[in-house]
Amino acid sequence: MEELEREYHKILSDYIKDQNERNLYIGQNFVRQLIRRNVAPEDVVSLHKEAVEEIFPEEIEGLRTAYDFLIEMMVHYGMALREHQSLIQKQAELQIEMNIAANVQKTMLQTTIPTSEQVEIGMVSTPLKTVNGDYVHFIEDDRYVGVAVTDVVGKGVPAALCMSMVKYGLETMRDSGHTPSRVLSVLNRIVEQNVDDSMFISMFYGCYVPRANKFYYGSAGHEPAFLYRAQEDKFYDLEANGILLGIIPTAEYIDNEVVLHKDDMVIVVTDGVTEFRQGDDIDERGVVASLINDVKHLAPQQICEYLYRELEELHEFNLRDDFTVVVIKKR
Amino acid sequence: MDMKVYFKEDDNVLRGYVEGEIDAYTAPQLRDGLEAVEVTEGLNIEVDLTNVSYIDSTGLGIFVAFYKRVQREGGNVRLTGLSERIKHLFKITGLSELMNIEGEKKVKLS
Repeated sequence: MEELEREYHKILSDYIKDQNERNLYIGQNFVRQLIRRNVAPEDVVSLHKEAVEEIFPEEIEGLRTAYDFLIEMMVHYGMALREHQSLIQKQAELQIEMNIAANVQKTMLQTTIPTSEQVEIGMVSTPLKTVNGDYVHFIEDDRYVGVAVTDVVGKGVPAALCMSMVKYGLETMRDSGHTPSRVLSVLNRIVEQNVDDSMFISMFYGCYVPRANKFYYGSAGHEPAFLYRAQEDKFYDLEANGILLGIIPTAEYIDNEVVLHKDDMVIVVTDGVTEFRQGDDIDERGVVASLINDVKHLAPQQICEYLYRELEELHEFNLRDDFTVVVIKKR
Repeated sequence: MDMKVYFKEDDNVLRGYVEGEIDAYTAPQLRDGLEAVEVTEGLNIEVDLTNVSYIDSTGLGIFVAFYKRVQREGGNVRLTGLSERIKHLFKITGLSELMNIEGEKKVKLS
């Protein structure tokens, strides 16, 4: 510090003697040295104060308090600045993580909507932000068409990795894809071993088996799906008990089944669709069912898109969560 | 949006009070509040959610993590004062089968 004091004293007195470009330039270069040595803003003011004291000893008396005040100001300025910079850095790091997660989703987690002679399927899954916390994966073989609709709690890279665990878990279970209880209990063990305590997944797994003309389903802590019965023109809840994936290693799940007739629909949603967050007095599922009812004659993909548009408008284009709906319609 | 969490000790029961809306924005505050609780063997903890108007899945995650930690460290935790809506959320997620929620039956972690 003493060395810096001497140096600054010289630079300042040179400039006071002759205010030329060269002397100014020396001062500017000195700033670089200060930054290299990590000198705080208040110490720079203090350097200046001491130099002024030596150069103008008679005039400093009245100014001393003013300088001390400025030093105090700069102490707080420096703290606020450092805090601000560290926040910016943290934000940049988070952004990088989010981009990685979004990339993982774009590249690794793609799924294709199956085409089948028996059922027609549509889907909309839209993230609230860059990264989608909802995840849909379809699997099929010649015996069935299966769909897993999940909501992962947790954000960023861990959530995206969790989804890829679910995807590859499902892919290795193609042979059991027509038994929801087995799919859910195997995935539960995979997830339970791999994620931290506050992270978990809710999943609705359902599969249509043409030979039996039945839709089999099970739920791990997921919002009930809707069943639309065309003949009765009525909506039902497909309730299924089961705890969230990733909480109890030995959790067991139950198989449920319904027969599907022509134009019946199964509508699987995440809570971003049914959660209105406006108090207790709104029958949220009723609103969703009535919107679907308005367009039940359309193709599943169009129904999904209509539901998204209408709910977006209902929430004044301010949806609060990731939004996923899958519609399976019996041909 | 705001939330508060504080604890009071009362006749060998540690009573927690949570107030406000618990979502992705306020959840870190709840997590810090619950993580600060020192769990000792046999400690009974009761968390009152009477003044909680909303919990999302992030909030649920915080309670699950707290529940697991308390179990591991030999304490007991009970959630009380859940509104119908929040109770329904615990029911759908299957958590009401696991956790002790306002007098409902409890299944132990195996």
